[in-house]
Order: sequence, then structure tokens, then C-alpha cells
Amino acid sequence: MKELFVLAEHRRGEIRDVTFEMLTKGRELSQKINADLTAVLLGHDVKEFAKTLADQAKRVLIVDDARLENFNAEAYQRVLSHLISERKPSLTLVGHTAYGVDLAPSLAAELNVPLATDCIDLDFEGERLVVVRQVYGGKVNVKASLCKSESYVVTLRPGTFEAQEVKPLGGETIEIASPLSKDIEYKRFIEFFEPPAGEVDISAADIIVGIGRGIRDIENMPVVEKLAGALGGVLACSRPVVDKGWLPKDRQVGTSGKTVKPKLYIAIGISGQFQHVSGMKNADLIIAINKDPKAPIFRAADYGVVEDLFKVVPALTNKLLEEKTSK
Amino acid sequence: MDVIVCVKHVPETAEAEIVVDESGKRIRTEDLVFAINEWDDYALEEAVLLKERLGGSVTIVTVGPEEADDTLRKCLARGADRAIRLTDKTFEGSDAYAIAKILHKAIKDLPFNLILTGAQAGDDGYAQVGVVLAELLGIPHATMVKKIELKEGFARVNRELEGGLEEVVEVKLPTVLAIQTGINEPRYVSIMGIRKAREKEIRVLGLRDLGLREEEVGESGSWITVEKMFMPPVEKEAEILTGGLDEIAAKIVETLRARGLV
Repeated sequence: MKELFVLAEHRRGEIRDVTFEMLTKGRELSQKINADLTAVLLGHDVKEFAKTLADQAKRVLIVDDARLENFNAEAYQRVLSHLISERKPSLTLVGHTAYGVDLAPSLAAELNVPLATDCIDLDFEGERLVVVRQVYGGKVNVKASLCKSESYVVTLRPGTFEAQEVKPLGGETIEIASPLSKDIEYKRFIEFFEPPAGEVDISAADIIVGIGRGIRDIENMPVVEKLAGALGGVLACSRPVVDKGWLPKDRQVGTSGKTVKPKLYIAIGISGQFQHVSGMKNADLIIAINKDPKAPIFRAADYGVVEDLFKVVPALTNKLLEEKTSK
Repeated sequence: MDVIVCVKHVPETAEAEIVVDESGKRIRTEDLVFAINEWDDYALEEAVLLKERLGGSVTIVTVGPEEADDTLRKCLARGADRAIRLTDKTFEGSDAYAIAKILHKAIKDLPFNLILTGAQAGDDGYAQVGVVLAELLGIPHATMVKKIELKEGFARVNRELEGGLEEVVEVKLPTVLAIQTGINEPRYVSIMGIRKAREKEIRVLGLRDLGLREEEVGESGSWITVEKMFMPPVEKEAEILTGGLDEIAAKIVETLRARGLV
């Protein structure tokens, strides 16, 4: 029987959402190619996780080893390359996450199994595996095919497939003896680190003015600070602004920052890569200002202004201030 | 500390409008400005900072056409000592796996303690090259690196996870570290530096020099082949507000008022 693997991702006692998204897509694909859907769970004392996963898959393979308690790319790779070599799944799905990107490329290279990363869709067309990815910061999509192989590895972009509830499948749970014979030599997990929180919690704000690369220089910050002031909102940003040190890390909205759900989010000079959009797409109202009419942010926003932000933002600020004084 | 940095010469597209060309497999690049990949920029800076603190050398390696010399020269001006460009007609169509194989051949016999790459490239965004390269070299790696502390025989690094969280891991040297943006503040190039860098040599190596076979590179040596490029389907589109600045501002204020936001 053919098999399709989904690598369960978990951290600090929780199965991460991307796991359920992959199981949803995995179920669809496994039916299409007539394969069993197998969740692969590596960890330590993870019986509870196994129960949850068994509801969503034909079977769960558990490898329990103290050295797998926290993610470790070296340990994970050794176990997975063993499992893939033994069972030859048609496809192994891994999350395109901080863990997945640390693992999938070296695993695929070790096994010489074709890999496609950061996919937003995939399908078997006959024997070929075809994927859709985004390039140039989400401005263009690519349809690509993988070279013919018995087995593939694909990393899926988190948040792309909606995890669907299923009637519990009651999959079987199979414990596999840990293939880790020798010590993990090269890599050691030490601890988690949470950067200290600042004085403003953007996830609690009703009105957020989000700024991006388009702001160009720290000298230009007063332009958006004034708008935030006129709106009674707080400033937040996309990654480049934090990278340049213009705003602290705790103001970053997106995958590697915070998820926000304000009543109003004004995106200024933000192109709208998925990493940012995934952190703000659930705002009640999104207004985007960007001079590139094809910027992906306009696919997330309710209203858009295609203009130079340094012209629009002061005009808007003045209008808001006029509004206030006329009251 | 001898550090090798792998860099890529890419079009800057963050604020540019992108058009797919007639082939349907590439974008039009005539009007785009090319520069060092943003992630590699931070990797280069990290290497130069290490050299300034610990001595040693910085070697830059790229796979790319002659135009990529522009990026290499800027790297040399920023403090790199040597530059190597790997180029061959047969390299065209290479995916991240094939690129890693090409880099591997060029790097395996060079002296190094550390290899730095960007965590991903702003064009094709595979986020693979550094990790595959490490596997081919038989050394460990860490990706999404936000902080490096070098210790005796190992590096202690912070990796960026999701939701503002980081993890601290220790990796034995030599290692490949794939750098996340924001790890440092890349310096600007001085005019003097650029002038001096013109005198530094760029070594150029091709397929045969590297001992590679044609089928190992290009499309035949790749895992993945682009079939077509297309603009992302529009599921939802913002209503674009038009008019003069004052008019646009008034429309926004009206929308906000309707929702009780002002």
C-alpha cells in the first residue's frame, strides 16, 4: 500500500496549526493517489498528541526518544531518513516553518529525493508531482514540476490550507523503536528565548497604522507618527522596519511577529508578503497605501490608494485633524 | 576565522512592478535594478564583523553571469578579501539543489571555519541552498539565524521561530549558518572602498574547472523545473480610491466615520 507522510510539528506541548493544515491537504491527495495517510510524530512523552493525530489519519507512527523532546534538525533528519528509506512514502509533507526549513533540504539531499519548498499548492498529474509556489515576494506565482521519483518531500506554506474537521478516523498508532543509536553529535537545543515585551501591546490596539519598507528612512517616521496620533492608533510594522531598527521587534506584525485583529489597519508602504498579511488579514477594515498597483497588499485590503505615501499620508492626517477641530 | 559567504545577485522587486516575459517562465528584468540579495547582505556584514573581531579572511562566492561582478565588487569594497564567480552556460535553469551542488564543488577544497548564506533569496525564495550545501559538505547547519556567538569549537546561535519566539542552539564548527535579516546593520560602501575593490581580482570558474558534469547542473541536475509564471489569481481586490489627494483623504475619512472610527 502506498503511503503519504505528514510530519507533525509541535512545540512546547502543543501541536502546531500547520500540522492540521497538512493533514487536510494530505487526506485529499492520499485519496487521489490511493495511498494511506500517515502522521509521523517524533517527540518524547507524546501519547496525547498521537491520540489527536489518530483522529485525522489512517495511522500514526511514533518515535519516542528523549533526544526528540525539542526539535533538533540533526536528530529529526536521522529518524526521518530512516523512516522514509524503510517505508518509501510517495510524498512527505513538512511545514514551511522555522523547523521545516532547517530540516527538509538536508533530508532531501541526503536521500536524493526531489524537494519543493514553500508550496501553496500541489497535485499529482499522472506520475508527476506539480506544485505552485510564489516568487518575488508574492508578486508572481510559479507552476513547477518535480523530476520523476518514487518519493518526494514538499514543504507547505503555513496558513495556505484551511484545516478541516473530520469525523474521527480512529487511525492505528504504531510505536517505532528509535533509530537514534549514537549521540546527536553536531547540534544541541539549549533553550527558548522570548525577547522582552515593550510598553505597547499592538495586539490589544483597535487602530493600527502599519508601516513598511516604503517609509525609506527613520527621518520620515514623523509622517506616520502624526497619522497614528490623529487616529488615536498605534504604530506597527512589517519586517524591514524592525530589521533597520526603526521600530522595536514587539511592533512587528506577521508570522515571526504578532497577529493582530484591530478594527482598522492602515498599511502604509507595505508590499504585503504573506508573512505580514497572515498577521493582519483578520482586521475588520484594511486600507492600503502603496505606489505599486500590483502590490500583494491590495489583495488583502478592503480599500486601496495607489499613490506616493508621502503625499497621501499628510493629506489624510490634515483631513483627520480638520475633522476633529470642526467638531 | 576564515569565513565563506555565498551571495546572489538579484533584481530588487519589493517596490517595483513585475511583468512576466514572453517565454512565460521568467520576469522582465530590463527595467529592474540588481543588487545583492537582502538576506546575503546581512550575511556578508556578519562575516566582515567576525573578521574585524577575530582576524582571518572573508571569501565571497556566487553563481551568476558577468553582471554579478557588480555585487561581488561591492562585497569586496565592504571588507571581503576574495571573490569567486561560478558561471557556465550549462548552469542556466539550475534550481536551489543544482546551485548548492555547484557551490559545493567550489567550496569543498577551500579553507574555512564557517560558511554564511542568506536564509533565502528574494527572487525564487527556496530557502534551501545553505542547508543542502551543508549536507553535501557533511557538516551541520542552522537556519533563520538572528545572533551568533562563537565559542571553542562551536557556535551558539539564536534561531528565529514564529510568533516572536527564538530558540538557542549550539552547532559544531565548521558549520553553515543561514542568516535572517535584521541580525546586524549592514554598512554602506565608501567611495574609497569601491575604488580599492576594483583592483581586487575576481576568480571565474566554469563547469569543467569545478569538475562537474553537464547532467549534474541546469535543468537536468535540478529537482524542480519552472513550467510557467503567472500573476497570482485575484480572490479579493481592494476598492481603489481615486481622485486628488484631498478627495482621497475625504473618502477615507468618510469610510472611517461610517464605521465610527473617527
